[in-house]
Amino acid sequence: MKDKKTMINEFKMQIPSNSVNEGFSRKVFSAFVSLIDPTLSELADIRTAVSEAVTNCIVHAYKEKHGTIYISGKYYSDRTVEIKIKDKGCGIPNIKQAMEPLYTTDNTGERGGMGFAIMNSFTDKLKIKSEVGKGTCITMIKHLKNNAENR
Amino acid sequence: MNTEISYTNQTLYIKLRGDIDHHSAKYIREDIDRELYKYQPSTVIMELSAVDFMDSSGLGLILGRYTKVNLLGGVLKIANPNERIEEILKMAGTEKLIPIEKGVKYI
Repeated sequence: MKDKKTMINEFKMQIPSNSVNEGFSRKVFSAFVSLIDPTLSELADIRTAVSEAVTNCIVHAYKEKHGTIYISGKYYSDRTVEIKIKDKGCGIPNIKQAMEPLYTTDNTGERGGMGFAIMNSFTDKLKIKSEVGKGTCITMIKHLKNNAENR
Repeated sequence: MNTEISYTNQTLYIKLRGDIDHHSAKYIREDIDRELYKYQPSTVIMELSAVDFMDSSGLGLILGRYTKVNLLGGVLKIANPNERIEEILKMAGTEKLIPIEKGVKYI
């Protein structure tokens, strides 16, 4: 019989769109997910995916101007981790195009256009909800392996 | 994050440390570009063995430096990235433009 999935733990926070908070958000998720003993590789995947999503809020949604980033994390009894990163910035007019590897709206040559590709490949599920002028909400799901024997 | 940069024999050697994200990339970029224009080196080596974390902003930093080094007539190489960073570089296909050297120790 399949176990019913229940939520074990969650946190919510809101932070200003200051680039110093990219590292801060990574540290928060590291601490949160560490409670359920992820592998180093799973932890690195989550850190990288979170960094991409938060950077997008700062660089693209709020265009390096002041704004608020809403972040939440949850984990469930089946060891799935849910990461939600939301902004009230400019929104994405064409999500499909934004997701193409190497696509970037940047014209300084200083951005790789790999943000969504990295989020996509380092998590198990990526959901993007966006409305132009209203903002964007990114939800990522990562299934952690059962490593109870390591505990 | 502190960046160590030295220049010998037409080669600019850049040792990066810590986390490379959008926040730190701003400062690293300034540090590198100052030396790049000063020396106009024929080879630039970015040593990544002491970099713990890098995301797509680091990729942008590397691609941006590739363009500048190229314009100045030089060659950019990446040395000793960790497994994860190498994975990110390969996802973006940078190895076609920027060779990765492993196990090489520069002074």
